[in-house]
Amino acid sequence: MNPAAARPSSRPFPYRVVRRARETADVATFELSPVGDALPPFRPGQFAMVYAFGVGEIPVSVSGLDDGEPTLVHTVRAVGAVSRALYGLRVGDTVGVRGPYGVGWDLASAAGLDVLVVAGGIGLAPLRPLILDGLAQPGRYGRLTVLIGARTPSDLLYRAQTRAWGAEAHIDVTVDHPEPDWRGDVGVVTRLLSRGTWSPSRVCAFVCGPEPMIHAVAGELVRAGTPPHRVQVSLERNMRCGEGFCGHCQLGSVLLCRDGPVTDWGRAEPLLAVKEL
Amino acid sequence: MDTGMGPRTVAGRLEALPDEQYDRLMGLAREVSFPAGARLFEEHRAANQFWIIKTGSVALDLHVPGCRAAVIETLGPGDLVGWSWLFPPRQWHMGAEARSTVRAREFDAEAVRRLCGRDPALGYPLVLAVAEVIGHRLECARTRLLDLYGPYGSEPPR
Repeated sequence: MNPAAARPSSRPFPYRVVRRARETADVATFELSPVGDALPPFRPGQFAMVYAFGVGEIPVSVSGLDDGEPTLVHTVRAVGAVSRALYGLRVGDTVGVRGPYGVGWDLASAAGLDVLVVAGGIGLAPLRPLILDGLAQPGRYGRLTVLIGARTPSDLLYRAQTRAWGAEAHIDVTVDHPEPDWRGDVGVVTRLLSRGTWSPSRVCAFVCGPEPMIHAVAGELVRAGTPPHRVQVSLERNMRCGEGFCGHCQLGSVLLCRDGPVTDWGRAEPLLAVKEL
Repeated sequence: MDTGMGPRTVAGRLEALPDEQYDRLMGLAREVSFPAGARLFEEHRAANQFWIIKTGSVALDLHVPGCRAAVIETLGPGDLVGWSWLFPPRQWHMGAEARSTVRAREFDAEAVRRLCGRDPALGYPLVLAVAEVIGHRLECARTRLLDLYGPYGSEPPR
């Protein structure tokens, strides 16, 4: 069970599903344990290529890390053939996993600053390990604020856990389409930014969600005075090899599987301004 | 209000007015509070006031026959509640309900319109501030039409 060499593995390692939790009607979280050798440790924001045998392989960010343990936690939304196959896995099933790939969140750069996390939809999954790291080191950072947007209350991820985070962090949740018993906010997640009690020049932001949401959030923060290099965003493109060889995930001069998926807004903004890049 | 992004709210915009103009505008306001569940206004009624929220949350809703009113958006501290008072026919497009105890500044819309007419140097920035609120809410509504979190909006680019 010793981790393999620190380089990411190009061949899939077999991992067994040891726990499955249904988050919503189309999202599930899996805890995977290595059948033999474990992959090198992952960092928050990095991703694995997860292979559903006989169906295909997709990139999935880590949504939880068990410090010192070789287990991996992934949250998958069933939207395509492979993700539907992964969503359908049961405890005891086996998948292939390659990784760790990509550049993760640089939480250390937020030392001494307030931390703002903005998540839209499934974008909360790659941010969850970062939030847990921030909560585990309260003296190292200023105030932690987490803003979450979702389609409906039923689509909210990690509901019990986000409620618990509220004891130590400021958590605001908004939905696009409320259900009858919903008493929280309604509207886009950018509307929550104006209620923040952080100083834009003294905050480090971490943003993940649909690209138009990332654009709106990062744009508002930078207009308010947050330096672009202090806005870290996680971008999504068509990752295939995970190692910067195939070029499927190329965004201008950036290969997102190798140089991303996390990058700062100063680098991302000019690239995203080019249509179909 | 201790909010770093405050200038993006209408309260932040108005606080940027010169002191003399700000004081004259605030002279037309009174402090009010609403308990949770109180209706601030109903759609199609005359829009004679507007509010700037200090604390609490207000839901904007639309009546749907045979159903519970549909909540379109919620507003919070620093937000403007109501802009229909500025443009004919000066009737509310939606209803509004306090979701929690709300403390707010309530303005007499007719008095504010008269003040703006007498003093365009105050009226212009006020109308700009309201126009920015309307533009931002339109932008948010259009974004929500995309259903970005839905099964299609969240698929990777093809």
